[in-house]
Amino acid sequence: MIKSKVILKAILPVVILGILALAFFAGQRPSSYYPVPLLKSSCPPGFKLNENNECIAKNLYSQYPTTNKAGVGGLKSALPEIRDGFSPQEIDLGRYLFFDPVLSADQTVSCASCHDPNKGLSDGLAVSRGIDNNKLKRAAPSLYNVGYLKKLFWDGRASTLEEQMLEPLFSEIEMGNTPENLLRTINDIENYKKLFAEAYPNRLKDEPILLKEITNAIAAFQSSLVSLNSKYDQYAHGYDGALNKNEIEGLNIFRSFVARCAECHTPPLFTNQQFAVIGTPEPDGLPIDPGAEIPFNDKSLRGAFKVPSLRNIAQTAPYMHSGRFKTLRETVQFYTDGRGHAAPDGENLLIHWHIWEPNLTDYELDRLVDFLKTLTDESFKPKVPEVLPSGLHISS
Amino acid sequence: MKKKSPFLKILGSIVLLGIGVFIGKSFFGQDNVETVPIPSTIKYRNIGLKNDTTQVASNREFTGKIIEVRKGSSIQDAVKEANPGDLIRVYPGTYSENVYIDKDDISLQGVVIKGEWPTLDGKKEINDAFLYSGNGILIENFKIINYKGNGIMGQAGNNFIIRNNWIIDTGVYGIFPQYGKNGLVEHNVLSKIADAAIYIGMCDNVDVRHNEVFDNVAGIEIENSRHCLVENNYAHNNTGGLLAFVTPGLPIKTTFDVILRNNFVVNNNHENFGAPGSTVSGIPSGTGILIMAADDVIVENNIITGNNNTGITIVDLATGAPKANDPNSEGNPDRVVILDNIMFNNGNDPTGEIKAIMLTQMDTKGPDIFAYGGGTGSTIRDKNKFRTFGLDGYGVAQITDTEDIATMMTPSPVPPRSVSKEELGELTYYGVCAGCHAFGTRLIGPPTEILQAIHHDNPQGIVDYITAPKNLREDYPEMPPQNYLSEEAKMAVAEYILALKH
Repeated sequence: MIKSKVILKAILPVVILGILALAFFAGQRPSSYYPVPLLKSSCPPGFKLNENNECIAKNLYSQYPTTNKAGVGGLKSALPEIRDGFSPQEIDLGRYLFFDPVLSADQTVSCASCHDPNKGLSDGLAVSRGIDNNKLKRAAPSLYNVGYLKKLFWDGRASTLEEQMLEPLFSEIEMGNTPENLLRTINDIENYKKLFAEAYPNRLKDEPILLKEITNAIAAFQSSLVSLNSKYDQYAHGYDGALNKNEIEGLNIFRSFVARCAECHTPPLFTNQQFAVIGTPEPDGLPIDPGAEIPFNDKSLRGAFKVPSLRNIAQTAPYMHSGRFKTLRETVQFYTDGRGHAAPDGENLLIHWHIWEPNLTDYELDRLVDFLKTLTDESFKPKVPEVLPSGLHISS
Repeated sequence: MKKKSPFLKILGSIVLLGIGVFIGKSFFGQDNVETVPIPSTIKYRNIGLKNDTTQVASNREFTGKIIEVRKGSSIQDAVKEANPGDLIRVYPGTYSENVYIDKDDISLQGVVIKGEWPTLDGKKEINDAFLYSGNGILIENFKIINYKGNGIMGQAGNNFIIRNNWIIDTGVYGIFPQYGKNGLVEHNVLSKIADAAIYIGMCDNVDVRHNEVFDNVAGIEIENSRHCLVENNYAHNNTGGLLAFVTPGLPIKTTFDVILRNNFVVNNNHENFGAPGSTVSGIPSGTGILIMAADDVIVENNIITGNNNTGITIVDLATGAPKANDPNSEGNPDRVVILDNIMFNNGNDPTGEIKAIMLTQMDTKGPDIFAYGGGTGSTIRDKNKFRTFGLDGYGVAQITDTEDIATMMTPSPVPPRSVSKEELGELTYYGVCAGCHAFGTRLIGPPTEILQAIHHDNPQGIVDYITAPKNLREDYPEMPPQNYLSEEAKMAVAEYILALKH
């Protein structure tokens, strides 16, 4: 008896505690709750927080005077204007959304599926794959330094990141979602409600999450993806030792008016953000991609594409809008094989005047590749979240 | 078939000719203009420039060292050795190399002895003789021959001086500053260039003076540039003599505020040997001056003679470069001003469209001045003096001369850097260090407050460490050396880190 009393005494507090705990936790909805850290209150690298809780871009190129708004020039030239001023919370929320496949119709494809930080923020494919493994038309561009770009997509059909991302989100063959389904999904996730409330503190408490908040947050994150600390940059800022002899030879070929690479891939961003018809071949059996002709409704732009930045180019093979060239060496070879040599038969393309016959030697082409590899810098590579607010797994 | 009588044939052709003349005159004809009795405005012969001295490009006192390069050694080695402010003197001899200058304030000066020039010979194997990106670059007294790309090409260097160079067949361009602000190109002699001998591309505030350009496709070209003075040059036997235009599709979209003054533009009748697809390959042989889509161009006191197509051609982009298309390039030449010029003997052998259009005027010759396409606000001082076409809309010029504009260069050099030490520290910290270090959190390296604790009051300690890091902590990866940062940037960032509050 005495023994059982002792046991009872011992059990009682446990039982009481258990009941209390039950009562306490019963108040909470047993929804799919995963512990997600709060949003970061500091800016990603390359940005400084100001007194208005805005992240402002800071890098060594800011020390050079702006002599033109286009942000083009030589080694010590200012960059074009970047989209900055987002809050650290918007950027961090955007990071979660970017990696979260919950944004797609079947919850398998995220932005990062095609813009993978481990593949130079591209996907290593000739043309990307969408939902249900749909084959898309063009290659995924790297997102490094995308905040500096004034036109988006290979054919320049979007002018803001917010406008751009609506296409992959709601394209039947990319992420396959609809605005209604996306909003319904996101608004059903407690974690996102909490995080959006944190990132957008001025919104009303029970107001549903809006599409423009989703796109704003993703744009904030994308604009924070900068790469400006390559070996080339060290050389540009004045350190001779950053590039070896072969690489400097490559730089000189790159900027020479024989090869003319720098005329369109102009430093410091390695794009002048214009459109050019260069007449690259399509993969076998595919018809010509009309490129910018379609969005600009302009025949002179048939086969024209936006000049892509070459930063981190060594990380983002294969090359050109449909991934026709597997290596950098093949790609630079294209430019010396003659004006329009690979243009499809029957097409009268207005090939850009800088495409000519520079007669570069094999040695020079090798040096160009050496130089292109110095444009690699992933020191500010974004961190993949360990846990996603949706509870889904990272699928890239 | 019955044969028509020869009389009827002749009659028929006379009638047809008459109809042709009538149609030509009514569609393309122009009204007679009253002669304006204005006295000549030539009140000065030349304009001296006091800031054009032999000192280094930025007009500062010379305080650097002098590096001499003699036959058999390399100019590039001297550039490597040079520091900003230094002068490299190159003695006669042949130097087959590509010289690149990615430093500021370097002067390269050839020394010509008894007619022997220091000669850069590309042997048609080397791309460019000089490539520079630095500010304050001076290049003078070189003979440059047989390159494939350019004689002298600048990318974004401001405050440049390129003068007294003798450049023959250096490929696409002779002298080509691009994206530069405030520069002087003078006393150069250039020939046999397959595009423009002197090409001012996407620049601002450049004077091109006292150069001789001949046997090139284009003599002097001001393209997508603003505030340029082209004065006292002798452009002869090029396909086109002087050009001011907008090329569509470039990131800088405009050309305006250009003065073409006191130049000889003579006999520019060379056949066009420009590369297919290049803009200049479309220039008709016999073009004296071409103004295409450029605004506020003043043509003053030039001698423009013997150019077989036209003396001056003024066209819009739709006419001059119909293939190109760029919605952001405004294609009309607006507010062109033609002041006194001497023009005769132009248009002796017109070609292409100009020939066809002039035939509608019953004229087999090209005009002195030919304008076609859009554009508003253009004026001419004395239209009646010249044989013109398409100048009906031109009013009387509101100015008589540009005597008060001595130069388009900026009054003082473009300042090289606009950041304070603290700003440089901030840019370095956020632009470089922040990838691994942050306040209050561990990234790849230790948090910033730990750096502060270690190097408290000792910025030199940080400088020493980042120059040659020693791995002090087992729990962190070794830091790569940051020795690529300038001494100035290292100290600035060290001080910035120590002063950071959060």
